[in-house]
Amino acid sequence: MTQARLRNFVNGRYTDPCEGAYSEVIDPSTGAAYAHAPVSSAADVDEALRAAATAFEGWRDSTPAERSRAMLRFADAVERVTTDFGELTFYLRRVHLVAVMDKLLHDPALRFEIFGGVSGVHYPADLGRELHAVYHLVSITHNRRVRLEVVAPDADPHIPSVTSVYPAANWHERETWDFFGIVFDGHPALTRIEMPDDWPGHPQRKDYPLGGIPVEYRGTKVPPPDERRSYS
Amino acid sequence: MSTDTHATPGATDAEADATEGRVYNVAGGDWDEVVTEDSERGFNEQIVVNMGPQHPSTHGVLRLILTLEGETVTDARASVGYLHTGIEKSMEYRTWTQGTTFITRADYLTPLFNEATYCLGVERLLGVEDKVPERAQIIRVLMLELNRISSHLGGIGPFGLELGATTIFLQGVRMRENVLDLFELITGLRMNHAFIRPGGVAQDLPAGGLEAIRDFLRKAPAWTADLHKLIDANAVFIARTKGIAYLDLEGCMALGVTGPILRATGLPWDLRKSQPVMGYETYEFDVPTVDTCDTYGRYQIRMAEMEQSLRIVQQCVERLADRAGVANDPWMIQDAKIGWPARLSLGPDGLGPSPEHIAHIMGQSMEALIHHFKLVTEGFRVPVGQAYVPVESPKGELGCHVVSDGGTRPYRAHLRDPSFHHMQAVSVLCEGGNLADVIPAIASIDPVIGGVDR
Repeated sequence: MTQARLRNFVNGRYTDPCEGAYSEVIDPSTGAAYAHAPVSSAADVDEALRAAATAFEGWRDSTPAERSRAMLRFADAVERVTTDFGELTFYLRRVHLVAVMDKLLHDPALRFEIFGGVSGVHYPADLGRELHAVYHLVSITHNRRVRLEVVAPDADPHIPSVTSVYPAANWHERETWDFFGIVFDGHPALTRIEMPDDWPGHPQRKDYPLGGIPVEYRGTKVPPPDERRSYS
Repeated sequence: MSTDTHATPGATDAEADATEGRVYNVAGGDWDEVVTEDSERGFNEQIVVNMGPQHPSTHGVLRLILTLEGETVTDARASVGYLHTGIEKSMEYRTWTQGTTFITRADYLTPLFNEATYCLGVERLLGVEDKVPERAQIIRVLMLELNRISSHLGGIGPFGLELGATTIFLQGVRMRENVLDLFELITGLRMNHAFIRPGGVAQDLPAGGLEAIRDFLRKAPAWTADLHKLIDANAVFIARTKGIAYLDLEGCMALGVTGPILRATGLPWDLRKSQPVMGYETYEFDVPTVDTCDTYGRYQIRMAEMEQSLRIVQQCVERLADRAGVANDPWMIQDAKIGWPARLSLGPDGLGPSPEHIAHIMGQSMEALIHHFKLVTEGFRVPVGQAYVPVESPKGELGCHVVSDGGTRPYRAHLRDPSFHHMQAVSVLCEGGNLADVIPAIASIDPVIGGVDR
């Protein structure tokens, strides 16, 4: 197991402490060190203060209404943020998806250059939010990962296409359309990619049967996989 | 040679020509005849050629739709889906452990990487990432690096064949065959191993396993040297690859391209270094880069990576040899709720529960039988959530998005396959180039359609 190296977060960036000193963080249950924390000095505090003071310049002069608008804009785009298993996920409202993606790619502090695909997930029991599109992005510049999740109801299976921001989303969105029936608005040519062009239905949806035939093997008949005993 | 002018059944020649242009079905014969005949009818400069879907040099069943002006490719589109087998859907009807037997079949040249990224995701959901035994992690790294060598050889060897060089193919296959022999010795299978399982690996190295790997490590440098001698300064190979299928860093970034194509632009991005899992940070190896951005550079990267993989395998062998004296050194998680109950052994009819285990559950312990039955038929439950733990496969970032609803089966497993992603770059690599350069361009991506179509 590697030991995490914690760093200071100053002025929107992770930095090492000025004197470069780190101390061990001990897990009280085992007595073993599991991370290194920075030992910051007065110089670090000064720098953090300077950054905060600079940032405060504009913010101080803003009115309460402007401040609440700024916070609401964030709340408007992001429904929820989770950090399960050390993975950061933003649950976005679909209308804001392209704007957020654009920011994630182009903002120097974010720079998520590599598009890691769209994975559809179908939750038929989650009424009004049946279809989920899950995006994985990775930043080479900052060596970070982020996951975005967007939902659409079955009745209106539309999600804006991000091909204008990430050209490589093209095939991934076609695949998700093919398998889940999510329509990516603004995609240059949203056609099926894995299934034949005239295929009826979207096979990865939960209401689409797996299919299969019983197989006889040494005198016993094995039913098709979706008719076998299930424990979940 | 036959030419068929009927694009749609029943349509007259004139109608078909008017809607889709003249359609040729070329099956053997001389291309000149078609061109001469066509020029007599009034020459059409643009021609659309369908390559595949069963062309031997397209790494599986890939279909390319090329628009040509003379010999220049003006439009290249890849059509995939011919090998779609519903692996992801099938996994939703199997237990988490059975999932490995499916996902291993996606990209059949990198089976162990498919298993690794899936199992790492499942382990993250189970919260047992740091409970996987050290021995299992070493065996995983060992197998992955051997797989990297066999995959790169599966890229370089057929690449030579595609350019008409049978010797390169045979030299590549010779070395690859030796890696597959190791796989057969260790997992019982040459491919589709289902060897890496959630919680560890299926079984320990067999008796004589380490010695066989050492033997391979002794011979391998001579084989890679042979390949270098055969290819590096080969005038034909250089003419067909240098400056061909140029894709610079900017292009890679725009298209999200990773792996050897990205490293051939000079950027040393390798998940084994930047986001290591399975203890990769404890091994000594370099990330080779070149800055030629072309097909030749990608070949050089693959060759250099094989040498680095040999270094890692050597370190794994040393570590395993050092652990020989460790008493009770498990290769599967020591959690009775997750770990596969049976010690597997290789019998004359393949891999199966060891005779001792069968004797134990059938003759000695009712509880052990119940435990075995529950875990094998029902499987273990995985907490609700989703995880994505990518690994650096020989082709680039390979990740599996696993979603659990708390049950004993994957609710959703999606493979982000680098071949699928990189096939999008075909247009950029081929358009504006020569028809003959399409083949090296695609070979330099090293796509495997099993991974593309899943």
